[in-house]
Amino acid sequence: MADVPMDINQVSLLARLPLTEEEAQRFAGQFSRLFEFIADLQRLDVSAVHATAQVIPLHNAFREDEIRPSLDREVALENAPDSEGGYFKTPRILD
Amino acid sequence: MSSIHATSLPTGHALREAIRRRERSAEEITRAALHDAESLQGPLHAYIRLLPERALERARRIDGLVRAGEPLGTLAGVPVAVKDLFCLQGEFTTCGSRILENFRSPYSATVVEKLEAAGAIIIGKTNMDEFAMGSSCENSAFFPTRNPWDTTRVPGGSSGGSASTVGARTVPIALGTDTGGSIREPASFCNIVGVKPTYGRVSRYGMIAFASSLDQAGPMTADVRDAADVLEVIAGYDPMDSTSVDVAVPPYASELPDDLHGVRIGIVAEFEASIAQGDAALAALYKQAYKDLERLGAQLVEVHLPHAQYGLATYYLIAPAECSSNLARYDGARYGRRVDGDGDVYAMFDRTRAAGFGDEVKRRIILGTYALSTGYYDAYYVRAQKVRTLIKSDFDSAFAECDVIACPAVSCPPFELGAKSQDPLAMYLMDYFTIPMSLAGIPALSIPAGYVSDLPVGLQIVAPAFHEGRMLAVAHAYEQATQHAAARIPAVRSEGARAS
Repeated sequence: MADVPMDINQVSLLARLPLTEEEAQRFAGQFSRLFEFIADLQRLDVSAVHATAQVIPLHNAFREDEIRPSLDREVALENAPDSEGGYFKTPRILD
Repeated sequence: MSSIHATSLPTGHALREAIRRRERSAEEITRAALHDAESLQGPLHAYIRLLPERALERARRIDGLVRAGEPLGTLAGVPVAVKDLFCLQGEFTTCGSRILENFRSPYSATVVEKLEAAGAIIIGKTNMDEFAMGSSCENSAFFPTRNPWDTTRVPGGSSGGSASTVGARTVPIALGTDTGGSIREPASFCNIVGVKPTYGRVSRYGMIAFASSLDQAGPMTADVRDAADVLEVIAGYDPMDSTSVDVAVPPYASELPDDLHGVRIGIVAEFEASIAQGDAALAALYKQAYKDLERLGAQLVEVHLPHAQYGLATYYLIAPAECSSNLARYDGARYGRRVDGDGDVYAMFDRTRAAGFGDEVKRRIILGTYALSTGYYDAYYVRAQKVRTLIKSDFDSAFAECDVIACPAVSCPPFELGAKSQDPLAMYLMDYFTIPMSLAGIPALSIPAGYVSDLPVGLQIVAPAFHEGRMLAVAHAYEQATQHAAARIPAVRSEGARAS
């Protein structure tokens, strides 16, 4: 099994995705097998290769800066777990 | 009354012509499809939700146009199903996830609007692996879907519900999405045609994102002509998707030949070596498929994709990285499920995400967050993007030697439920032959190629970017000559359990 240099609890904090102890152990074992494949990539010489972030021959997609129709505020709030006065409502984020 | 579809292979184009000739009404066809979907829901679980009122209302509207002698769209009156990650205004869109269980779309996806504008009747939203992450449809938060050719087996994934309902012949057309094989693998498993278009060919607006540089919507259909019709309807530039490309959409359906004279078809040496090490019956089936292509006049040439073997590793860095970024939005603040944080916003985020996502989604968020984190970004994510360039260049070189590539779509026929669900790597390997095309952004399809132990298997046809027409033409000639899917009836049709 490949040695994965991953502190899974630290990564779970970064992802804002808490894992149970059982999940953390199970995932770590599964990642270890996947990283056997991923280790193969380290064998390739890619020093002269550019990175492909996206495959289509497009750069910036500009348009005129004009106001176009968009979702009504009420419609945008229809799925909100909580709202008040036309805003999304969450627990306070600043003390 | 049982379905009128039970014994023949109903195509969208045949239904459309029957409606035009006033032999059948759109309402009658829609009722039959809804009834059939309902009666097969027990054995297959292909749908998360049926939309009978909406569908019948629209079908009656088509019948009104027919009576008035008005012009009709390409798909007028044809019942279709859409994967439950396409937003449909006013309806639930769950993406197969608890976190979106009660989410109602405030607007419609461009592809869905285009389908409806062409007269298609959406009868329901189909089941899928949660957030399109999976190859068996077992990762749905609600229930697994089953394969109409053997209900003890999976339909493939992630577009498993769409594949299952088309494979069962309830509807001739469904929409799916493909990020690493999620249209092609289930199409192979369910004995249908499944097309992943070129990245940028079809708008992604209104489609719930998984990996934005890879996701692409496409048709899953009874035959190649239906796939060509649907692609013609949904393709094209959309100002609402800045990654859609403004390239003219050819009339795919009017360019479908019956022979392959003058076509050079590439056979991938590395893939053949890999398939030769597996199931001998599967290897023999693909050999026969290449012979059939040759018999139709094609010239077979050997091509090489030396970096395709790195596709899986590359994909499982890039796709999770993009997934971790895209799924950061599910935090309980603006829409979707919220789990209360006892007044603390961070506790709310954490609890919402821990309760809302299933195993596979969690695995990929963690993996992607790791690949993007400080200290590992260059070693994993950037390196994967560079290998992506090598994989893409391999295809460019191969297409200097051939017009299309023919290769396996899958490394095995449909497997039994539960066979791989505890082993993510075994599941990931299901996409071995489909991932390289996704990374290169090029179009590829799966077409029925026969049976191994009575289980369907698909052949993959691959073309250069924006040459979907070429690949559909080859698939059409092959389909007309072989008729693999049309020759048999799905097992679910002969099982007694179904209500009639």
